[in-house]
Amino acid sequence: MEDLSRPADVALIRQLAADLDAAFPSLVADQQDRLFTIAVRVLGNRSDAEEAAQDAFVRAYRALAGYPADRIRELRLRPWLTTIVLNVCRNRTRVRRVATTELAFEPASEPATDPFASRHARDLWARLLSGLPPAQRTAIVLRHVDGLSYTEMAEVLGRPEGTLKAQVHRGLAALQTAFLAAQRREREEMTA
Amino acid sequence: MNPNATPSMAGSAPDLAVVETALAELTETAPAGFAHSALVAVGLADDYTVLDSPIGPLWIAWNGRGVAAVESSPDDRAFEVRFQARTGRPIRRVEALPADLARAIERRLGGDRRARISLDYRGTTEFEQAVWLKALEIPRGEVRPYGWIAAEIGRPKAVRAVGTALGHNPFPLIVPCHRVVRSDGTIGQYSLGGPTNKRAILAAEGLDPDELERLARAGVRYVGSDTTHIYCLPSCHNARRIQPKHRVPFGSLASSEAAGYRACRECRPSAARFVAA
Repeated sequence: MEDLSRPADVALIRQLAADLDAAFPSLVADQQDRLFTIAVRVLGNRSDAEEAAQDAFVRAYRALAGYPADRIRELRLRPWLTTIVLNVCRNRTRVRRVATTELAFEPASEPATDPFASRHARDLWARLLSGLPPAQRTAIVLRHVDGLSYTEMAEVLGRPEGTLKAQVHRGLAALQTAFLAAQRREREEMTA
Repeated sequence: MNPNATPSMAGSAPDLAVVETALAELTETAPAGFAHSALVAVGLADDYTVLDSPIGPLWIAWNGRGVAAVESSPDDRAFEVRFQARTGRPIRRVEALPADLARAIERRLGGDRRARISLDYRGTTEFEQAVWLKALEIPRGEVRPYGWIAAEIGRPKAVRAVGTALGHNPFPLIVPCHRVVRSDGTIGQYSLGGPTNKRAILAAEGLDPDELERLARAGVRYVGSDTTHIYCLPSCHNARRIQPKHRVPFGSLASSEAAGYRACRECRPSAARFVAA
């Protein structure tokens, strides 16, 4: 199989295999924004996401502490950590259902004067994303927010690349439609 | 602003490229302090706070493996420097102890020995850990000699090493090294601010250190009851229940045994037969 690991990740993996405690802080520094982003986008809530990402690092550390150096050297860092954070998120949603926003867009209580101001647009896209069905949302987050390759995604999600491509394609189409609907709602409110 | 200024505003769906660009901008930055907290959770960094105590402010540090330090200090900076020199780990001051740890410490200091508190033993020896675990068995309001600990952990000749291990106790109060005194009955040294603090803590736990030393000066090492014919260390709760008219002082194990007395099974005074320190 083609090795898609980034050179910096390979170097870090080597350091982790050589001295886990010395290298683990670099792993956290490198990967904290990624894992937090994935958790925020999957769970839709910053404080839950912070706990989930913390938990993911604890699990990663415990796993690494139990692995022989050879096994650590074979790890592909990003897919491996992504699998862990998604498992943590899944366990959390199993216990407490995540509030998913309905696709029918809830307008902000006060319509913004410039609906395409970047902050507003970002919030809107985040909300539309959180309205997608969980499997579609996860695929979109990994491909387009985090930037994993389809090969890496197949490893993380245990599904064929073709299935994932179709899922991402359908998700993007759903976002296009939802964006349009949201826009119409907003325009109606502004002209009302 | 004209709401129809862009094609998408006119009512057509945005291009896929626009959607993909918007999604790529949905990355987040981990909250401030996130990395430190993750490292605390796995024991590669520590948090600390300052607690009030009867002997003044105490600096207490912990991580995911347990409590890592209890110390007195002139200020935060001095504590941080000393902690980092000992452990090599980064440390950060926070507002308060985690709630479950705060509750457990409160219970432990209140005399509940069952309150579970994890301790971070990294950098300590098995011998030191054995000494500290044994000190944890001494009830609040009682004391034992160094030699008693040495005998109980199966190293009867290591009395001085026991004293050293107690002096290096990183968790004073939580591991009650203040309940271990010299084999001649005097109070002895204390890592957390010297003998004055040791006396103050023992007094707060219901022991009279002056009375203990007065007995020691008078040559009393054990106290027996002429009704049960059992002898104890003077601070054992069983010894303290003996009515004055039935109290029999002994200066040595030999004299108590010669008088036909047997050792108390709770304070196990015969373990303290090795006098040193």
